[in-house]
Amino acid sequence: MKDFIIPDDRDFGTPASKSKTMVTLTIDGFDVTVPEGTSIMRAAAELGISVPKLCASDNLEAFGSCRLCLVEIEGRNGTPASCTTPVAPGIKVKTQTGKLKELRKGVMELYISDHPLDCLTCGANGDCELQDMAGAVGLRDVRYEAPPEGRLANHFAPRETSGLANPEWLPKDDSNPYFTFEPSKCIVCNRCVRACEEVQGTFALTIEGRGWDSRVHAGAATDNFLTSDCVSCGACVQACPTGTLNEKSVIDIGTPEHSVLTTCAYCGVGCQFKAEMRGDELVRMIPYKHGKANHGHSCVKGRFAYGYAAHKDRILNPMIRASINDPWQEVTWDEALTYAADRMKALQEKYGRQSIGVITSSRCTNEETYLVQKLTRAVFRNNNTDTCARVCHSPTGYGLGQTFGTSAGTQDFDSVEHCDVALVIGANPHSAHPVFGSRLKKRLRHGAKLILVDPRRTEMYEGPHYKAAHHLALKPGTNVAILTALAHVIVTEKLYDEAFIRTRCDWDEFQDYMDFVAEERHSPEAVEAFTGVPAAEVRGAARLYATGGNAAIYYGLGVTEHSQGSTAVIAIANLAMLTGNIGRPGVGVNPLRGQNNVQGSCDMGSFPHELPGYRHVKNPEVRAIYEKAWGVEIDPEPGLRIPNMLDAAVEGTFKGLYCQGEDILQSDPDTKHVAAGLAAMECVIVHDIFLNETANYAHVFFPGSTFLEKDGTFTNAERRINMVRKVMAPRAQYADWEVTQMFANAMGADWNYTHPSQIMDEIAMTTPSFAGVTYERIETLGSVQWPCNEKAPEGTPLVHVDGFVRGKGKFIRTEYVATDEKVGPRFPLLLTTGRILSQYNVGAQTRRTANVVWHDQDVLEIHPHDAEDRGIRQGDWVRLASRSGETTLRAEITDKVSPGVVYTTFHHPDTQANVITTDFSDWATNCPEYKVTAVQVAPSNGPSEWQEEYNAQAALSRRILAAE
Amino acid sequence: MSANTAEKIIRMANQIAMFMETKPHEEGLAGLANHINDFWEPRMRTQLFALLDQGGAGLRPLVIEAAGRIRRPQAA
Ligand code: SF4
Ligand code: SF4
Ligand code: SF4
Ligand code: FES
Repeated sequence: MKDFIIPDDRDFGTPASKSKTMVTLTIDGFDVTVPEGTSIMRAAAELGISVPKLCASDNLEAFGSCRLCLVEIEGRNGTPASCTTPVAPGIKVKTQTGKLKELRKGVMELYISDHPLDCLTCGANGDCELQDMAGAVGLRDVRYEAPPEGRLANHFAPRETSGLANPEWLPKDDSNPYFTFEPSKCIVCNRCVRACEEVQGTFALTIEGRGWDSRVHAGAATDNFLTSDCVSCGACVQACPTGTLNEKSVIDIGTPEHSVLTTCAYCGVGCQFKAEMRGDELVRMIPYKHGKANHGHSCVKGRFAYGYAAHKDRILNPMIRASINDPWQEVTWDEALTYAADRMKALQEKYGRQSIGVITSSRCTNEETYLVQKLTRAVFRNNNTDTCARVCHSPTGYGLGQTFGTSAGTQDFDSVEHCDVALVIGANPHSAHPVFGSRLKKRLRHGAKLILVDPRRTEMYEGPHYKAAHHLALKPGTNVAILTALAHVIVTEKLYDEAFIRTRCDWDEFQDYMDFVAEERHSPEAVEAFTGVPAAEVRGAARLYATGGNAAIYYGLGVTEHSQGSTAVIAIANLAMLTGNIGRPGVGVNPLRGQNNVQGSCDMGSFPHELPGYRHVKNPEVRAIYEKAWGVEIDPEPGLRIPNMLDAAVEGTFKGLYCQGEDILQSDPDTKHVAAGLAAMECVIVHDIFLNETANYAHVFFPGSTFLEKDGTFTNAERRINMVRKVMAPRAQYADWEVTQMFANAMGADWNYTHPSQIMDEIAMTTPSFAGVTYERIETLGSVQWPCNEKAPEGTPLVHVDGFVRGKGKFIRTEYVATDEKVGPRFPLLLTTGRILSQYNVGAQTRRTANVVWHDQDVLEIHPHDAEDRGIRQGDWVRLASRSGETTLRAEITDKVSPGVVYTTFHHPDTQANVITTDFSDWATNCPEYKVTAVQVAPSNGPSEWQEEYNAQAALSRRILAAE
Repeated sequence: MSANTAEKIIRMANQIAMFMETKPHEEGLAGLANHINDFWEPRMRTQLFALLDQGGAGLRPLVIEAAGRIRRPQAA
């Protein structure tokens, strides 16, 4: 941590110009050459000269309101603002003259005369641009003073000198749990308003009134920050040059003294942050300007919701117990490791080599995941490893592997800036990938068109200054039919890109595919009856996608979590190939990954059939690499996937599990089956930061470390390997990779890693697509997108540029097969699931932060018609039942969902949404069919029997006895 | 093998068959066998063979036809 120096993150005042034409000018006697369109302020900053400024910031368009950044230009009249004046060839600029000094002092004097002078006790003391500028311009006294009796002309004193309340004074708004808004300190520079518009795209803030009366306000007149549209992304807080918008943590702790660059541990966007510290206390997280995925932006989760790391529920000591009915016993690390290893060894002796296995985590680092799969392959000597990515993106791996030859997205996030048409299907970036969502919305505001394919009118559908061109509100489970109908229109209306197909794809396979999709039964008219989407909409969307310029597809779990998830991914790849939308900026096929390291956990060989780098265990050459590196023989047969482990456990052949950083009892479908599987095992080892739901069935608990407590890497949805850095010592003594190593050694291995960089070296040595990856390279470049090897030493932002990885792109027929999960008289509605912005996955982390103010329970969205039929009113308790089970939650009546469809999230364990979901799964990968379950909804009085039983069992199982 | 397990194996094999049936016959046949060889661990293949050996009732014809190309696990 000490040896890493954060690169230049000065504020250049205005955004960089993208122009290729260069202009040379002179500033204060120095020549500088910058792209055309650059502001004088930025050009000066390039020279190292910081012109005083208040309203400018290089992530916002210049505004020109504070008049502090004035300069003089030889031969021009007046004193133009350097932030709004572009450079011109040959001009001679002066940033510091007698006249400028006078003017700036005057401006500052006015500002300060209407600003409280409680700097010493202000939360922004030492981190305030107003303070800095007063110093920079040499302000030494303020001559304006209020008359002793009578009206005050200021905004900051609660009372006038006469003693009466000052009508201009507004109280502090404390409503947001993470930051305060103190209007008396506002200088109305507009930065917050612009940040909310330009960076975040929420438009929650406005300036009301004019001149002296102008005020920043969140939402409508009666709103505060919490009740307004504000999504608490923090962009305005970062933008504010004063203490007006300030993090509560800074007010509470004080300003940070050092910072460490790291990566958010929440979602697959992979935002980089500066963890700003005071000693080993985390003061705040500031999105890092040079983070290539986020460019200085963040969402509420990464920016603020880190409090779980210090939550009192964290388990800090290892624990064991003989049976799941016993209370937990706290023990030393040694005891826990020996206990776990002895039990696992005994199981293998008694029930065979295949009787135990592991689950790797999509939240842990690449290095940790690599070690866990190595544990099973090299120490347990089987391939029984799987990951939670199974339950979300395994169809992506299969579908893109079959058609393109790689299992990953084709673009980087920056590509969205060149996109003209975005087809968003089964994804809600607004909530699940907020920072990418903001970037997409920005592009949409600037004219790109949106085609939304989703059963629900999600938050993406419309926003300030844009609205989807088409919303295909399909019935859950009919993705493949709709995607094939889109292809039908493109093929029959001859909108395909023949030149691209001829050079890049297999022409015979295309012919076959063309015959298939051209069949009348795939036409939008033919499928309308069961997809519920008007044919004209489908035709319009297909034409727009094929002819609207650069078209990019962004998809999420709404595509993959179906019985035909893999077919749908193939259908998406077909669309991109048909229209030549592959291999350049602005296009492509982009899976949006759920958890922070879903990509990485797949890359690292978490799946039972493949070694790191997506190489099947059946290949002797691949096995040979690892047999040589690890000195053991590798099993050539694929191992057990999570559902297989559970089935085998119920059958009595699978007995022991080491589960790192996953909560399968809550996240996997058909909770009752998962519970039965876990209960049948004789040794379940849970390695996590909290006693999660799975731990109710565990015999050993290894306390885990948060991303703040360890070094390593995460790989985001753009294949970008980002650094995670330790900012504080592990609270439970060891980083997760150390625990896995100690456990492996207790099982008889002899591993001696002393730092995760050595694990990465082993990954690079054995995996061709990672061959060029080292910690050194990631540090120098900031991040690296794999493949990174001899051919691409700096990594690969776009793949399939000159040809597909597999050679020729492969068109594959995509026959729609209706899921077996059908509505009928008992279960007439279709349930689909999703997530919301402020909560993350099963919520173990976010529920333990103040984010609960935005979402304190899961609710069931139901259409007014369906609600009325059942006599359900807004906020009622309802019983939600499927053939698997039932649960209760509150109803939210909304026409965001179509009649016949209901929707809920699964962030709270009390809801137990997965009691409802079934064990149906994707045909190719067994990715569970979360997105379609036939259900019935009825009024209810309160929690279901299962919920009560479950809670009783959980309470019993969570008892802990402290070590003597 | 419980009825439940049999039902699951049949459903999963048939799901794969339905996708492979849309390909040219030979490709689909090979595709189905390879898919099961690549992704189904020995325990599941043993269960599949138990069904196939009894005539494969409930399995789609393509699965039955592909049986010869699916790797039969050694008896444990
Ligand atoms: S926190 Fe984000 S959404 Fe809320 S007002 Fe500030 S910029 Fe807008
Ligand atoms: S709140 Fe801060 S950023 Fe917004 S106008 Fe006031 S001083 Fe400027
Ligand atoms: S949760 Fe995702 S979008 Fe939000 S800060 Fe973290 S990585 Fe970025
Ligand atoms: S910084 Fe240029 S006018 Fe404010």
